[in-house]
Amino acid sequence: MARSYLFIPGNHPAMIQNADVFGADALIFDLEDAVAAHEKDAARLLLAGFLAKARPQGVRVYVRINGLDTPLACKDLEAVVGDAVDGIVLPKAGMSELMELSTILHNLEAQKGLAKKIAILPIVETAKSLVEVEEIAKLSRLDGILLGAEDLSADMEFERTKAGTEIEYPRARIAFACKAARIEAIDTPFTDTNDPDGLREDCLHSQSLGMNAKAAIHPNQIETIHAVFSPSPKRIEWALRIRAAARKAGEQNLGVFSLDGKMVDKPIIDRAEKILRAAERFGLLPEERA
Amino acid sequence: MKPGIAGTLESNDAIFTVRPASTRHVVIHSVVDAFYHDQIAQVIETTLDELAITGLDVLCEDKGALDYTLRARLIAAIQRMEA
Repeated sequence: MARSYLFIPGNHPAMIQNADVFGADALIFDLEDAVAAHEKDAARLLLAGFLAKARPQGVRVYVRINGLDTPLACKDLEAVVGDAVDGIVLPKAGMSELMELSTILHNLEAQKGLAKKIAILPIVETAKSLVEVEEIAKLSRLDGILLGAEDLSADMEFERTKAGTEIEYPRARIAFACKAARIEAIDTPFTDTNDPDGLREDCLHSQSLGMNAKAAIHPNQIETIHAVFSPSPKRIEWALRIRAAARKAGEQNLGVFSLDGKMVDKPIIDRAEKILRAAERFGLLPEERA
Repeated sequence: MKPGIAGTLESNDAIFTVRPASTRHVVIHSVVDAFYHDQIAQVIETTLDELAITGLDVLCEDKGALDYTLRARLIAAIQRMEA
């Protein structure tokens, strides 16, 4: 469970070595778009060295590799797959590419004697992968699905706008697919790093469509993303009261009870527990009740 | 064989320039030379040992890179020289 996924350029030593100070829940070290074509070799070596010696603690660590349609992808995977990496972010991911990646990872895990299974975060950024998204979401290894709105807009030939009305459908479709498969629905980055109000609006909009996390392209976006995608103190307090009342009702063998004049049944209790799991994960529970 | 160059002069990075030679010859210019010259030299020598390279001219222009960055940039420069 994460609220923010921060992209870190894969050939930038200062950003890489400080990646864990920005407070993101997850880090995506980028070997694809953030690295110039003539620097791919150097970035791969740098990132492999960093992961082997100085992997950040307390955060999920992903690496965005180059596309499987390039000769770079296998070199990237050879270099970075290991105990230090939680998952691989695959650009332009469709069903066939994901099946291929899963096979490559399976073989690398065996070759390298890894005890863990490397996760996959596919980026849905083509029309083809969007229409496959329900099938994609059911694949094993997936932690979540990330919407890539910039490439999707190029593929669909629509203009990107700050209001984001053109990506309501992909957002909602990805969110439904992810929720059905019980994986993370991760929203596309907001590309204006100097517009915190616009970012907040964008987060609220994507959250209203079912997204539960957002990618970030600058550390200054983390605070706003966390503010929107964390349960509010009011919601946490409500959930704690529901939990307490549910326990009391359970002792009296009551399946349904009322709180503040409103009926409370299983779906509401489940919702409250979900909020409390998120609050606990993000360290937001009041101390005496944590 | 052309020289191999890798890295940048940004903070926390280093540029390595390597050329074929009959023996090892390492020159280091570092912003933290007074404190870390020996450690930088050790990283370079160890990396060359691992690669079984006995002859190479190495110029390291360091802007405060950590050990794994120095190693990665040196290997990248050597691979580019050999490409």
